[in-house]
Amino acid sequence: MSQKLVIIGAGMASGKLIEELLDRAPDAYDIKLFGAEPRGNYNRIMLSPVLAGDKSFDEIVTHDADWYRENGIECRFNEAVVKVDRKRKIIVSERGETAYDKLIVATGSASFFIPVAGNDLPGVIGFRDYDDVETMLKAAGKPNGKAVVIGGGLLGLEAAAALSYQGMDVTVLHLMGHLMERQLDPAAGYLLQKELEGRGINVVCNAHTNAIIGKDHVEAVVLENDVTFGAGLVVMAAGIRPEVRLATDAGIHVERGIVVDDAMHTSDPDIFAVGECVEHDNIVYGLVAPLYDMAKVLASTLIEEEAKFTAPVVSTKLKVTGVDLFSVGDFAEAEDREEIVFRDPARGVYKRLIIQENRIIGVVMYGDTADSNWFFAKLKSGEDISENRETLIYGPAFQGGEIQDPLALIAALPNDAEICGCNGVCKGTIVDAINEGAHDLGAIKTSTKASASCGTCTGLVEQLLAATLGDAFEAPTSQPMCSCTDFAHEDVRRIIKSQELKTMAAVMQECGWKTSCGCPSCRPALNYYMIAEWPLEYKDDAQSRFVNERNHANIQKDGTYSVLPRMWGGMTTPDELRAIADAADKYNVPAVKVTGGQRIDLLGVRKEDLPDMWADLNAAGMVSGHAYSKGLRTVKTCVGTDFCRFGTQDSTGLGIKLEKILWGSWTPHKVKLGVSGCPRNCAEATCKDLGIVCVDSGYEVSVAGAAGMEVKKTEFLAKVETEDEAINLSIAFIQLYREQGRYLDRIWKWVHKVGLEWIKEQVVEDLKQRAELIERFEISQSVYRKDPWAEQSTEQFKKDKWSAVADLTLEAAE
Amino acid sequence: MSTWIDIAALDDIQPRGARVIKTQHGCVAVFRAHDDRVYAIDDACPHKKGPLSEGIVHGNAVTCPLHNWVINLETGMAQGADDGRVNTYEIKVEDGRVLLDCERLITATTE
Repeated sequence: MSQKLVIIGAGMASGKLIEELLDRAPDAYDIKLFGAEPRGNYNRIMLSPVLAGDKSFDEIVTHDADWYRENGIECRFNEAVVKVDRKRKIIVSERGETAYDKLIVATGSASFFIPVAGNDLPGVIGFRDYDDVETMLKAAGKPNGKAVVIGGGLLGLEAAAALSYQGMDVTVLHLMGHLMERQLDPAAGYLLQKELEGRGINVVCNAHTNAIIGKDHVEAVVLENDVTFGAGLVVMAAGIRPEVRLATDAGIHVERGIVVDDAMHTSDPDIFAVGECVEHDNIVYGLVAPLYDMAKVLASTLIEEEAKFTAPVVSTKLKVTGVDLFSVGDFAEAEDREEIVFRDPARGVYKRLIIQENRIIGVVMYGDTADSNWFFAKLKSGEDISENRETLIYGPAFQGGEIQDPLALIAALPNDAEICGCNGVCKGTIVDAINEGAHDLGAIKTSTKASASCGTCTGLVEQLLAATLGDAFEAPTSQPMCSCTDFAHEDVRRIIKSQELKTMAAVMQECGWKTSCGCPSCRPALNYYMIAEWPLEYKDDAQSRFVNERNHANIQKDGTYSVLPRMWGGMTTPDELRAIADAADKYNVPAVKVTGGQRIDLLGVRKEDLPDMWADLNAAGMVSGHAYSKGLRTVKTCVGTDFCRFGTQDSTGLGIKLEKILWGSWTPHKVKLGVSGCPRNCAEATCKDLGIVCVDSGYEVSVAGAAGMEVKKTEFLAKVETEDEAINLSIAFIQLYREQGRYLDRIWKWVHKVGLEWIKEQVVEDLKQRAELIERFEISQSVYRKDPWAEQSTEQFKKDKWSAVADLTLEAAE
Repeated sequence: MSTWIDIAALDDIQPRGARVIKTQHGCVAVFRAHDDRVYAIDDACPHKKGPLSEGIVHGNAVTCPLHNWVINLETGMAQGADDGRVNTYEIKVEDGRVLLDCERLITATTE
């Protein structure tokens, strides 16, 4: 037979407890619930929004009488318990006696009424329950109503803001020097006060209340210095007092609150306590999170499972519309503490982190609390923040992919937040698409264009999927190449090699492609992987190449092209310059530009002129500069020892040698090199994919720089003594990238993925491996180290592939 | 009434490739899909006039080389979120020759 469980108090803590019990052991107890209020359980922390008119009371009800009845709980609402008789194990209420086997005291707390004359006048109320809210709303309904709120803490300010919103003339009297001094430091308190004053609320700090005066009803509040504030309503919000009278009378151990142990036992083994009436480890709690924790622990105790309540770290947010405020932890100044502060006076933003031994121990934010959860997580985990200390205060967006809870972040974004910058797609559009059935990245790309361009927002879109679909969205462990296949790039590449697949059709067949002939995203990737894997057997597929690589020129916005001949190591001659000038004249090139890669670009060339122009440039000894390719672009050099008085090695000569070896090779993405003759680094080698800086004692080879959408300094690979070694190391490194890099990953990205240490093992330490890489590179270059312009400038090529297949201008005109 | 004009041999066009026909109203792109079906549409993307004949052909669609709009070769409609269409023309293959309906070409381009 189930035991008789009696609960005194129908508040949030007992509501949670009952939920837990019903969930975990529905038949263990026969529950009777006593509540002094005439209504069931409601979300008390939402009383402020109800007071402000943002919510109705019905909206905040969590368990009504019907709910309790349906779950077999006998409700005794509007029936105060007056006595607990521990000997007889009964409680006495207004309507008689009720026996219990186990008793739970959940009597909550009452507002603390400051001990001054007149604090019992009608019109002086606390702010604990819906009756208080009704009283306040009634007062606010009178014209020209004046209210005084005593206490500038969380509760008092919420009440003040709500009453002001309801049209009352409100004064807040606060004993301390700044508002919410338990949660805020003076700076944030100041901003908050300014905000409230801006709303017409009168705030008085250091206010010592001397008396509340009035005849039959409250009329005014008088301070120690005799300053008087008229008031038809006084709200006491100077703190709460645990409601312990029953327990005290019953002889249970009570200090400030009813003392409980970790399992929520009081000093009587059959009596438990939970909620705001409890004192645990000398602390009394008033926020909901720890109360819920207590309820869960107590539920475990009641069904004889072991559980321990531990004091949680609790954070604070003020529920006042338009005020963003967050605070957690300890933020007092002390000798062993440091702080990081960010202020934006124009926006009224203040953020402060309190650091002790490289850990966040306190956070105060005002005006912009978007990153509060991120900081809170770091505070709770106690992680060492020394590494990203410089940028910590700017939040997760500045931490380079270290967002801890991206879903919370993305869920909090407004619907008009732009997710895809390229195509201007907002969060709302994407969420709508998801709700209409676009349940994977490919579908979202198709229906909204989000992440269909540069792709840097792919992660965000996936997070939106996860946030919107919840568990229904299985975040792919590795992102498929495209919607044609479920395999990731790396998987496909592995299969190409292991299965010895040497045609694109074979790859699509063996990997179960879902489309007939792939798509514009997988075909160029497959074409590259095949070229890199089977340079001798596989035939480059022009139809799987983006227009620039097919036409060996860069298409411009108007459909014209740019032509850029190679200048080895950035060196040129008068004859070459003359040939370029002649070509520019002959083909009416509208723009001639010197590029950042030390060569000359001819822009605005019509497609039909390309082959002839190439032929002319070929005749002058020039070849394609591959300025359009995912391959070797340029090797930028300085003049080195030939002319420069600081040069330590022949950087120009080394650059030319490298370019002559590497040109024509295809790579996962473009590759740019730089060779500087001394550490002054005039060739800017240290932001290239591979950079060599010459020094007196040799060559410093570094890799994985970038100066595009990302800007990165190169990382040191190795220092070598001879030019030959520098060249060999460079070739081996680039071949490794060709074999391992994912299509469209720049070198820095690839290095970041596989790790520089691993690369060093392959090309610096393992000399046999280095030699093999160089050998494989040479095999590939035996096919690809050639000028595509020469091949495509023949009359036959023009006729077969290049020119219009028919001219109907005459027929159409007839 | 149809007026079929012999344009080229099918083999003049690469599978998954395109060639252009010059007309008074601009170029028409003739596509040959992977399955040897042929399509003819205006060689100007509805977005920014990109030369569709230079795009990558996949299935019965082409992706514009300028900004990746995907155009259905059968209907001329932009796919996905993009809105727009290009003119399409009757085209067929007979005995290895590609034939274009010139009548449709004239009426369509003077719409």
